Amino acid sequence: MTDRRRGEGVSRRGFLKGSLALAAGAHGIGPWVPRAAAQGPGAPLRLGFQVHRTGIGAVYGRWYDRTTAAAVKLINERGGIAGRPVEIVAEDDGTDPRRGAEVVEKLARQHKVDLIFGTLFSHVVIASAPRAGELKIPYLVVSEGYHVASGKLNRYVFQPGITDVRAQVTAVAPWILKNLGRKVTLIFPDYAFGHDHRDFFSRVAPAHGGTVQALIPIPPTETSFTRYFPRVPADTEVLYHVMVGPGVLTFVKEMGEHFGSRRPQIFGFVDSLEGVDLASPGLEFLEGTYFWEGFPRYLQPNAPDFIRFYRERVGVNDQGASVSDPRDVSTFAHMFGCWETLFVIKRAVEQSGYRTPGPAGYRAFIEALESFSSFPEGVEHPQGAKRFVGRLHQVFGHQYISRVEKRRLNVIHRTAIEDSMYEPEADYTKQPL
Amino acid sequence: MSALVLAVTALGLSLVFGVMRIVNVAHGEFFMLGAVVTWYVSTQTGSFLAALAVAPLAVAAVAVAADRLVLRPIGYQPESTIVATIGLLYILQQAVLMTYGPYARPVTTPFYFRVDFPWFGYSGYKLVVAGVAAILLVAAWLALARTRLGLYMRATQQDREMAQAFGVPVGRVYAAAFGIGAALAAVAGALVVPVQQAHYLMGLDALLMSFVVVILGGLGSLRGTLVAALVVGLSDGMISVLFSPTLAKIVATTLVAAVLAARGHGLAGEPA
Amino acid sequence: MILALHLGVLLLLAGLQFVLPAFHHGLLARIMVLAAYAVGYNLLLGYTGLMSLGHAMFFAAGMYGTGLTIYHLGFGVPAGLAAGAGAGLLAALVVAAVTLRTSGPAFLIVTMMLAQAFYLATLYFNDVTGGDQGLILADLGLALGGRSVSLADPAVKYNLALVVLAGALLLSLWVVRSPVGRVLVAVRENEERTRLLGYNTARYRVFTVLVSGLLSAVAGAAYTVLFSYVGSAFAGVLYSIYPLLWTLLGGAGTTLGPLVGTVVMTYAVDIASGITTGYLMVVGAALVVMILWAPAGIVGGIRARWARWLP
Repeated sequence: MTDRRRGEGVSRRGFLKGSLALAAGAHGIGPWVPRAAAQGPGAPLRLGFQVHRTGIGAVYGRWYDRTTAAAVKLINERGGIAGRPVEIVAEDDGTDPRRGAEVVEKLARQHKVDLIFGTLFSHVVIASAPRAGELKIPYLVVSEGYHVASGKLNRYVFQPGITDVRAQVTAVAPWILKNLGRKVTLIFPDYAFGHDHRDFFSRVAPAHGGTVQALIPIPPTETSFTRYFPRVPADTEVLYHVMVGPGVLTFVKEMGEHFGSRRPQIFGFVDSLEGVDLASPGLEFLEGTYFWEGFPRYLQPNAPDFIRFYRERVGVNDQGASVSDPRDVSTFAHMFGCWETLFVIKRAVEQSGYRTPGPAGYRAFIEALESFSSFPEGVEHPQGAKRFVGRLHQVFGHQYISRVEKRRLNVIHRTAIEDSMYEPEADYTKQPL
Repeated sequence: MSALVLAVTALGLSLVFGVMRIVNVAHGEFFMLGAVVTWYVSTQTGSFLAALAVAPLAVAAVAVAADRLVLRPIGYQPESTIVATIGLLYILQQAVLMTYGPYARPVTTPFYFRVDFPWFGYSGYKLVVAGVAAILLVAAWLALARTRLGLYMRATQQDREMAQAFGVPVGRVYAAAFGIGAALAAVAGALVVPVQQAHYLMGLDALLMSFVVVILGGLGSLRGTLVAALVVGLSDGMISVLFSPTLAKIVATTLVAAVLAARGHGLAGEPA
Repeated sequence: MILALHLGVLLLLAGLQFVLPAFHHGLLARIMVLAAYAVGYNLLLGYTGLMSLGHAMFFAAGMYGTGLTIYHLGFGVPAGLAAGAGAGLLAALVVAAVTLRTSGPAFLIVTMMLAQAFYLATLYFNDVTGGDQGLILADLGLALGGRSVSLADPAVKYNLALVVLAGALLLSLWVVRSPVGRVLVAVRENEERTRLLGYNTARYRVFTVLVSGLLSAVAGAAYTVLFSYVGSAFAGVLYSIYPLLWTLLGGAGTTLGPLVGTVVMTYAVDIASGITTGYLMVVGAALVVMILWAPAGIVGGIRARWARWLP
């Protein structure tokens, strides 16, 4: 979509203030005519936003969209980036790897954006990243996949706004084993996201005295899970689940039907319930179970002002749903990544003196980004303080563990940033630019 | 449970396939629409039963409109129909995405009791759904066997020109078959919402599974469709006891292919 | 005349690379590879009447055959492509053997189920295949005339894609216009009668499945090396539906139909997505309108109205 955030709650005026009205004139030009990008001082900084508006990622896409709009509005109100207003050029990738790569090309070559950000689903990231590398344009993903830090991608790909699965598992595994039980059975979808959990949890558990009793991979496209629960060994103390996709409510219900009151401790990743109201019928069974959260969905009593400010700007109520429609539940544990990524972009652009697309500008931008080591908590990083490892292109941060109490998630533990750090396997800074 | 619901969806497809000789790629979207309408009606009125009544009617209306506006003008030509129904699929999916949104939303189970076996529990609602599905199947069979419309449909299925010559209003029979087929899918969709939630992409799997069941069962055979639905539904479950889940799916899928390859016209029914 | 038309289309595509803006240059390269896939598909659907819903298996066999040998075994690009073609041919042999006795809807479902099993296998063996996330083939190069060229170069991508498309198109044209092609059409129209005339229809069928599978696999193999990615999404049922859609939209049983259908569909998505967020609705409506106007597809419609000589 080439609309600059039409009808997504933020008026165009909010984006283009003052002198930027100039740029608005170019809006109507069709796809065949590359916009005459005026790149003088004060011309907008144009950020390509690869977003899942259709396909399986649409729930996330909708909220990534809103969070991005809110962050950009704030940045522009406060004078833009390096004095330049920010303009978002969004394109839907249909959560499809082929279209994803095409979108990267379109943003880079047709819209001639300054850089690209915002992708979530890891197969789209992995199919798009090589194109970003070939086109030599910075590509900042908000995916939580362990692909950036694994070293599989390239020098142009960063994940500065959200932590990766490996870090999440590394941080919460010791807590699970210490507090919930040592014999763990994993239920996970039989694709990459599930495999990351399988691999990293199995790797971390023995060091903390845990054993994995059984691994139960669930094939994709499964709509009923009843037959898998009998595979959970009877001596399981903790059931660890990471089901994602529209089938998750069925999963929870059937889990409830299977175990009834004789259930083991249950620990899940809130990824499964992003966009789903915890008060939904059928989720009663989750009462008293535990969840990882990237960022607490329900407003916590002691939340600092910058968290309240963030929620208000994005338009999220205390239950983590849209202020205009309480049934419209956000993907709160992930979408902050877009907000934080935009502020990292701001910092990197301003520090590097980046002005125009091209090898020199990108070199400065990338080297500035790689030189970062930490971000303080606050309005720009509401989820909490972060540590950035330049050679991995990956950020590390706090993780939250919450308990379902009276149909809301209450935080009972916040891990330290060090808890999530692991031995780095990659070094992108050695790759040529 | 899932086997009987699948049978209802597949029956709708089988009707369309058998009577009209077309592949309706949008059949899964009718299933999805049924689920979504059920969510709307039951959250608005608080009555799941009302939703169960409204959903098939609303979806049948959409289907009949599609039949009049699109399928009839192209003369039910099999290949054009595929393209046209793919277009319909896109339109319906996007319409739901833009109005209902990308979320998976559940409906409160109209009643809840848990049947407790010594070592595991089972939802009472699922048993009731299975019962309702079975009743629907019997009703459909009776309708086909005993009513005038059923007679017309069977006649059209066997020989369209001959039926026309004997005064069967083939155009209206087609519209009825398409509408009823869609309504069956919608009922199935409505029945699963309390256990599976409504989601705008839920149609594709329903479509593919129904396809398999209809062809495996043999075209135009109600009995075959039912048997195939049970075979597909149960074999999946049995095999998954022996292998790891994904491997079980691979084996089950290959088996279906093998059965069909060996018996080109399915488990029952005449050669297609 | 017919050959000239096809060569003219290919020449036009060759010439376009010098005038197209960068984005469309890249998009067209992608379209040409996918169109080669559709050409392979059309050979089966359009000329033998067998409708498959499992061609993603061939495309993906080419993709994995090439991608995995390059990624794990360190094959060069040409050897990898050959491996992909071989894998596709093998898959086609299996399908041809299994489906020998099926026709019509049974053929549709058997191919679909086999492809589904293949898709699940790409997930099951995720240690090797990378599963749904997939694998990246980075920094591929090709030795051409003694010097090494990088596949990251847009011109190299474009022209390789063009070569693949040209190969597929000309091969299909040759098959269709050869005596073999005429028998195939006869099989499509009436298999029984063709058999009575003394033709071994089964052999012709196997031949077509093999050629169709091979072309699809080569397209998949080319896609992998040109766009540096292997992933199970390409083995999914959507990638079986796409070539069916492109072929029917362009016109099944016309040699140029698949190319036209792929171009029209890809650009419909690309342009509509620039106009509205609800672009799939626009695309859906366009499909319906298009098919109302030309039930036999775009090229099919042109042939029926103005140019009866089109192959």
